[in-house]
Order: sequence, then structure tokens, then C-alpha cells
Amino acid sequence: MVQYSIAHLDASFAALSAATRRGVLQQLGRADASITDLAEKFHMTLTGMKKHVSVLEQAGLVNTEKVGRVRTCKLGLRRLEEEAAWIERYRQLWDARFDELDKVVEELKREEKIDGRKKRE
Amino acid sequence: MDARRESEPTPMKSRTSVERKSERELVVTRTFNSPARIVFEAWTKPELLKRWWAPKSTGVSLLSCEADVRVGGNYRFVFGHGASEPMAFHGRYLEVTPHSRLEGGDGGAVTTVTFEEKGGKTLLVMHELHPSKEALDGAIAGMEDGMGETFEQLDELLVTLVASVGRS
Repeated sequence: MVQYSIAHLDASFAALSAATRRGVLQQLGRADASITDLAEKFHMTLTGMKKHVSVLEQAGLVNTEKVGRVRTCKLGLRRLEEEAAWIERYRQLWDARFDELDKVVEELKREEKIDGRKKRE
Repeated sequence: MDARRESEPTPMKSRTSVERKSERELVVTRTFNSPARIVFEAWTKPELLKRWWAPKSTGVSLLSCEADVRVGGNYRFVFGHGASEPMAFHGRYLEVTPHSRLEGGDGGAVTTVTFEEKGGKTLLVMHELHPSKEALDGAIAGMEDGMGETFEQLDELLVTLVASVGRS
């Protein structure tokens, strides 16, 4: 699993700092494309476009897949997926805490009932 | 809206909900079958807090827990995890309304907990407001570090969580 950290966020911001890379993301938002397509669209050499895509890929903003000789690029969903996964883990943590809190609360309720009875007696 | 899904009973597992309400806000909710004053007591008395804040499944133990629950009072929790150095997270109570509202923070994120009683049950809402989108993104990203599927790694979540709460 790719480490996701502050350094990773920095990578995202760095990736977005170049106009060409923002353009590539916009383009991929419309449709997946090969590196060759992207190079043509942005009037760049294949090598230049490969570098941009590699920066975007490292930031988790783009995923690429090589089928045969063609490398297809698509928008990376990792960031959203990881946030969803983190929220689920955070939920599980609080769920476990609240289950224990429930036990404490039930015990306090029982004690209160006993005390209440004692006072009435 | 999917009406059928709405009418289905909520499964036991999802009694706790967590939602990122906005770029800067995270909200945790849960309903307790008890009056608000009892939930509030369990939330604010250190000797009771100790019993639920670090559930066994997380592998983390609460070494000490101080909570001076009044406006300007401090809270300080110290956690231990195996052989690693204990970690503390701390802050100050900014608002205390007995049985209904607590607000606390340490200059970074502000956490507000409300206890809303209705028909003998209490809806608990814990609202975290982070100073910026980047701060919450960072907290999420930081806690994601080194995470995986196993319980051992789930333990780390709590340690990282505590550390990042302490830092923020």
C-alpha cells in the first residue's frame, strides 16, 4: 500500500502547480486517454508528457494502466477512497469506545435505581 | 431518495456514525439509552472516562487521565501502547454546560460535545472543527500512515490519532 502522509499532500499540491498538469486532469475528467493522446493534445513530446503523468501518478491524482503497448491514464480515486476508509476506521474506533461507554452508563443507571430505592425506604 | 433503505432497521454495527460535514468539520454521533446527565457524568468523571476511552480492542491503555471540567480547566490523557513511549494529549475546556454541552481545544481544532435528551434517550454529537481544510486533510492523511487490515495496525490508529490530536 502506498503511504499516504503529509509528504503525500505536498506531492498533490506540487503536482497541481503546473498548468499542463491541471489541464491533463481536466482532460481525464472528460475521458480516459493514452499518453500519446495527451502528448498530442498538449503539443508535447511523449517524454515530456510521461514526466507530467508520472508526477500526477505519484501524487495519487492519476492512475495508469498499460495494456499491450498503450498506457491508459485515468483520474485517480485513491484520495477519496482513502478518506472513506479512514472515516470508517475512525467510526469503528468511536463505536468501540461508545460500546464501553454504554456499559458504564448502564451501570450508573442501575446504581441510581438502587440508590433511589434506598432513599425511599 | 431510497425509501426502502430508509425504513430498514439500523443494524447494530452502525449505531455510531462519522461524517465529514464540510472541509473543516468532522461529526461523530451516537444515541445512548439513558438520560443526558448520566452520559455526561460518564464523559466527564476521570475514573469513569478511564473505563471506556481506550477499549481493549485498540491495544492502547490509558495510563492517566485528568479532567478539570470547568471553563479554563485542563484535560490531559496519557496513553501507553506496548513498549513504546507513552503519549499525551491535552487541552483546555472552553465551555462547560452541565449535562448538555462541552467545548474544548488546545489552540488548533475545537471539539464540541452536545448531549441532547429526548424521551429518556440521549443523542450525543461530537463535532470537531479544524482550523483549515488542510489541517483536517492532514489529520486524516497522518492517521492513514502505516495503516492496514490487521488489528495491530488498528492499534496504531489510536496512537497516531492521539498524537495528532495532541499536536493540533
